[in-house]
Amino acid sequence: MSFFSTALLVVRKDLLVESRSREVVYTALLFAMSCMLVFAFGLVKEGQVVTDAAAAILWITIAFAGTLALGRVFDRERQNETLRALLLAPASRASIYVGKFLGVFALLVMVELVVVPLVALMFGARLFRHPWLMIGLLAAGSIGYAAVGTLFAAMLARSRSRGALLPVLLYPITVPVIIGGVRGTAALLGPEADLAVARAWLMMLVSFDAVFVTLSLWTFEPAMTD
Amino acid sequence: MTADFDTLTFAGVSRYFGRRRALNGVSFSVRAGEVVALLGANGSGKSTLLSIAATLLAPSAGEVRYGAGTAGEGGAALRGRIGMLGHDLYIYPELTAAENLEFFARLYGLDRVQARVEEALDLAALSDRAHDPAGSFSRGMRQRLALERALLHRPRLLLLDEPFTGLDDVSSIALRERLARERQRGAMALVTTHELEAIEDLVDGAYVLTKGRAHPLPAGTGSLRDRYRRQLQA
Amino acid sequence: MQRTFPLLVLMCIALFGYAPFLIAGAPYESTMGLVQKIFYFHVPSAIAMFLSAFVCGIASAIFLFQRKPGADRVAVSAAELTVLLGLIVLVTGPLWARKAWGVWWQWDARLTSSLVMWLVFQAYLLLRRFGGPGSDKLSAAVALFGAALVPFVYWSVNMWRTLHPTTNVVPSLPPPMMGPFLWCMVAFLALYGVLLAVRVALEERRARLDTLYLALED
Repeated sequence: MSFFSTALLVVRKDLLVESRSREVVYTALLFAMSCMLVFAFGLVKEGQVVTDAAAAILWITIAFAGTLALGRVFDRERQNETLRALLLAPASRASIYVGKFLGVFALLVMVELVVVPLVALMFGARLFRHPWLMIGLLAAGSIGYAAVGTLFAAMLARSRSRGALLPVLLYPITVPVIIGGVRGTAALLGPEADLAVARAWLMMLVSFDAVFVTLSLWTFEPAMTD
Repeated sequence: MTADFDTLTFAGVSRYFGRRRALNGVSFSVRAGEVVALLGANGSGKSTLLSIAATLLAPSAGEVRYGAGTAGEGGAALRGRIGMLGHDLYIYPELTAAENLEFFARLYGLDRVQARVEEALDLAALSDRAHDPAGSFSRGMRQRLALERALLHRPRLLLLDEPFTGLDDVSSIALRERLARERQRGAMALVTTHELEAIEDLVDGAYVLTKGRAHPLPAGTGSLRDRYRRQLQA
Repeated sequence: MQRTFPLLVLMCIALFGYAPFLIAGAPYESTMGLVQKIFYFHVPSAIAMFLSAFVCGIASAIFLFQRKPGADRVAVSAAELTVLLGLIVLVTGPLWARKAWGVWWQWDARLTSSLVMWLVFQAYLLLRRFGGPGSDKLSAAVALFGAALVPFVYWSVNMWRTLHPTTNVVPSLPPPMMGPFLWCMVAFLALYGVLLAVRVALEERRARLDTLYLALED
């Protein structure tokens, strides 16, 4: 089986499993909305959102919901030790990683499909003014976050303190993603959208993705095998 | 070079976890068409041994040979000749029986997926429940499904971790028959279990693991359990 | 190594012993006065911290891909030193900032990167402590990612800051300040070498103890 067909097989399986219970999607979405609510109380003053807060709310919500989704996806694999079964197969470990990564990315996209319009609505943020750049920022940010997140969540799947350790490991490493995402989005939200700045941030995010997806592909097998 | 092999040899295999020695100089070999039982108390290293045989863990010392080559030389193709049934069964409860089998058949790169899946469902006596989620099955049914999943790719080496646990008599007998058939086909099996009566006439040899060392159970009179008890008292 | 080690320790003591005199003799910086002199310890420890992060990253890569246990020992030691040096940077930095510019914290590229690195290597140590079996490989991956992260944090924080220009820019070094600065730089590097060597030796002893312990059980 080729690399990509294995990865696609794993993604399809993950999406099929998720579609049966829809547990992760529902809990991640509801969690995201609760997050937004909490931020609203903190950051909305006299009915108006503090400048640039909408961008921050968007990305922090995505990050937190992403951590939740990552934890649940790998908890599931741990329950019946199916992660072990995946590692036992003759498929290349890197293709298994890509499959899991695509599944997590798909979950993030589903969360964003709901959160982005909600943030636009609830905080009056004109996120759709430059849709392609916005999509680009979201995609690049989600890829970076999902790549590192999938690797760490898989590594931690058998650890004792995995729930607490995943955010502790993930957030510092994804700092550039948060900075890039928030500042890029904020550049698009100002009264005069600064496209050049947004594009510069997009470039940084894409470079981050290139480096860290490669690193993840390299380190998945040695980190997961003993 | 084909990845197939007809002997599994452990030569002086030790495995440490920091200061804890899980396996200490374990040596034995299994040939095609043999079933070997691994007996021992909980914590004696049986699961570690199976993990090493499955290439999921590397030994800290010693060597494991599959035929003439080691796990490193065999690579991914070697994993395709090994089938494992763990204590946690390795099946997705949200997927149906057919979907589980289909996923693993494709993952192992098998041909004639549909035909193999139907055959496996038949052997597991689950054809009528093929489209029910595996999570709704009883323990015995899930075990049968998990066993067929492990056997889908006709592995040369079968690793079974406590396969008889929680099975009723009917399922137990069915499992024995399945194992006997695999043995006849030329597969080799390593089985850890406490249910000595269940594997009574099935095994060609047995090893007792105590504190990481493997001692062969001497052939002798009496049932497996009698011999095991005698060994423990010795 | 055994013979050069005492020499290195002596050199370290000598360097640190003389450093205060050099620092006292260095010219006062025009705007900040006496306070600026904390920079002679702050910057070398920051440089040593980033060096340590790279050492940890490279050792971790060797451990991950070549499975050399010695590399893991170096990685653990370097990670602990990164956290220690990071603590020095993060304490001296705000002390300086408070007196020089009136604020405790500065979101500039250097301080922010130091904070992020500090967090990453804290996470490394937490993972080793609480992660259970196999956490040596997992933390190696974290260290590798952490080391690769440095340029990106710099890049993103720099971009973030230049779009909001500030007046708090570290001045370039006039020559009379170069001397004491280089002296302190060498002193910190020597200290780093000493501490790393001691810590790695401790890990080696621990590994040897484990082997003896296992042999005893026979």
